[in-house]
Amino acid sequence: METSVATELRLGLPGRDRSEAKIISVSNKRSSSEMDDSCDPQQESVVPAQKAQVVGWPPVRSYRKNILQKKAESSSDGSAMFVKVSMDGAPYLRKIDLKFYTNYLDLLKALQSMFKCTIGVYSEREGYDGSEFAPTYEDKDGDWMLVGDVPWEMFVTSCKRMRIMKGSEARGLGCL
Amino acid sequence: MAYSFPEEVLEHVFSFLSSDRDRNAVSLVCKSWYDIERWCRRRIFVGNCYAVSPEMVIRRFPELRAVEMKGKPHFADFNLVPEGWGAYAYPWIAAMAEAYPFLEEIKLKRMVVTDDTLELISKSCKNFKLLVLTSCEGFTTDGLASIAANCRHLRELDLRESEVEELSGHWLSHFPDSCTSLVSLNISCLGSEVSFSILERLVARSPNLRTLRLNRAVPLERLANLIRRAPQLVELGTGAYSAEIRSDTFSNLADAFSACKQLKALSGFWDVVPSYLPAMYSVCSGITSLNLSYAAIPSTDLVKLISQCQNLQRLWVMDYIEDSGLDVLAASCKDLQELRVFPSDPFGAEPNVSLTEQGLVSVSEGCPKLESVLYFCRQMSNAALIAIAKNRPNFIRFRLCIIDPQAPDYLTLEPLDAGFGAIVEKCKELRRLSMTGLLTDRVFKYIGSHAKKLEMLSIAFAGDSDLGLHHVLSGCDSLRKLEIRDCPFGDKALLANAAKLETMRSLWMSSCSVSFGACKLLAQKMPRLNVEVIDERGPPDSRPESCSVERVYVYRTVASRQRLDMPDFVWTLDEDSSLRYS
Repeated sequence: METSVATELRLGLPGRDRSEAKIISVSNKRSSSEMDDSCDPQQESVVPAQKAQVVGWPPVRSYRKNILQKKAESSSDGSAMFVKVSMDGAPYLRKIDLKFYTNYLDLLKALQSMFKCTIGVYSEREGYDGSEFAPTYEDKDGDWMLVGDVPWEMFVTSCKRMRIMKGSEARGLGCL
Repeated sequence: MAYSFPEEVLEHVFSFLSSDRDRNAVSLVCKSWYDIERWCRRRIFVGNCYAVSPEMVIRRFPELRAVEMKGKPHFADFNLVPEGWGAYAYPWIAAMAEAYPFLEEIKLKRMVVTDDTLELISKSCKNFKLLVLTSCEGFTTDGLASIAANCRHLRELDLRESEVEELSGHWLSHFPDSCTSLVSLNISCLGSEVSFSILERLVARSPNLRTLRLNRAVPLERLANLIRRAPQLVELGTGAYSAEIRSDTFSNLADAFSACKQLKALSGFWDVVPSYLPAMYSVCSGITSLNLSYAAIPSTDLVKLISQCQNLQRLWVMDYIEDSGLDVLAASCKDLQELRVFPSDPFGAEPNVSLTEQGLVSVSEGCPKLESVLYFCRQMSNAALIAIAKNRPNFIRFRLCIIDPQAPDYLTLEPLDAGFGAIVEKCKELRRLSMTGLLTDRVFKYIGSHAKKLEMLSIAFAGDSDLGLHHVLSGCDSLRKLEIRDCPFGDKALLANAAKLETMRSLWMSSCSVSFGACKLLAQKMPRLNVEVIDERGPPDSRPESCSVERVYVYRTVASRQRLDMPDFVWTLDEDSSLRYS
């Protein structure tokens, strides 16, 4: 077995361009072979754009890929839905990804943990009456609403930003 | 013959041999042992359905009860094997259904199974007990209905990750009321709903049910009722683990779980609502296997659950667990043997979670029994791999996948040769290795020198030249399966190591530099190897012989090299060295 068979060129991923590694995306040329250059029009073509996906890479099985795709699709406008959250009296705002939560309870727990406040339990009649803080949100129409009034899916798609109001101020937003 | 034991005695002695290798060894001792052994062999494993023909198997083993078989090569999982390549179960089943009316068990992996095949099994084998179809495809729920309806003594129906065409959810109702023998039911791969009341009744009349893996369509609200009917369950796969937060749903579920004193394995967990996880806390201390690989929940919630499972031996999880979560795992689960971390966003350009090589280093440090790892991440360093190798020389399976397949050591920008070199050097019992990252021929030199027990090696986008392939083929004494994609490996190494290929089950090479001429030469030189050229660009002889083939799949076989089911993009060499295709 000759040890002198050394190639300088390597198969590379589409669009890769490293300065220090000698990776160039070209055809399978070998220095000592009798290979005819013109035989592989397909493999000789310069590989396509930066983000072209390579078949079967990363090695994730179709079954798993489908599950991930289903998750991505169910969030219709991209993979995240960040909204700004302000709290009365807090010096700066936070941003959260609404798509990460599947229901109001988890969202409120996260907010309470994030802002170190107590929000209390929602009721249709009383809103968050009695709580120190009440979560509100601005919807697509520009109106300020109480968090919890509409079904979760509707909330996620219509919420533009959130504000955690002081309980006393929020009283006026109660449903009835 | 005067010196030999009576046949019955030898048969009795052989009955204690369960491993195929032992039985194969025994049958080589002498002709009479070969004969006695073949009559009393009940189980057979065929690692490549094309390595042997059904007729040969039936001729040699007339009294089989259990058959396990694999079809397509592993890279078929990643769409590298074109549709229609082969691995059809029907010819096998047709031959065996006739020859083995008492056949009880069939396990198939990566094969094409049709409804006709399933119907044939169900009608011919009166004593049929066990069907496991792993990553199979080609059948519909009608086929499942035949199995349910006709197999009176069915114990196991396991459809692991198979692709089923779902025509209706009513197939489940084909299990007759008299069927009470179920021990294991796995329908987790099915997308559509099955009738819950049918499912509940089936579970209720199966007192021996130990494994129940539901599909995503079974809502959380129905889970409690199902579990309640089967408190003897050892393995449970939930459906979607989400529902509106209601205290009655929660307490129902928690009560149902607390009655399951034997539960050892949990899986499912699609669409998890973290608030419901504590419903399972009562069983956590007994859990040894946890599959959370579909659960998209933050690390804090994952960790809360995992830290309850002190006796965990196997964990499959998504990279949402992050390094911080793996630190907790390392601290809490000292019995951990297997860890798999899957990517939540494999096609995203930027990392979406904070999971790095550090997580794997922690676990390798903290878990003394860790021996099997599959880890997807976005960065790796030689230092980390060296540390891992030092921490955990007891690895038998090490599979690392860096999302960017040619990523160098992110600290030094060097190839990861030294890191993987350390793995093969320290882990002397390593049987399976998958590598990614920037890798030169040097890593293959290390592998050839050290990986003497390595049986399966997967390589992608690595190496510089044929020398790399030569190191592996000439050095790895125990190599059985080698799969390579997108590497500059070609003719010289292949032809120089032709004899080695007959000692292996198979070699797969795609998007490499193997010329058609070399394939022909190899096939001529080695009559017991089937050299399949798999190329969708038309006949290879319409191009110069020096042209690289798209894919070549080489496997040893004692069957004919001209399999009758070749599609038009597969070519093998005929007896007279001419090209053959269907």
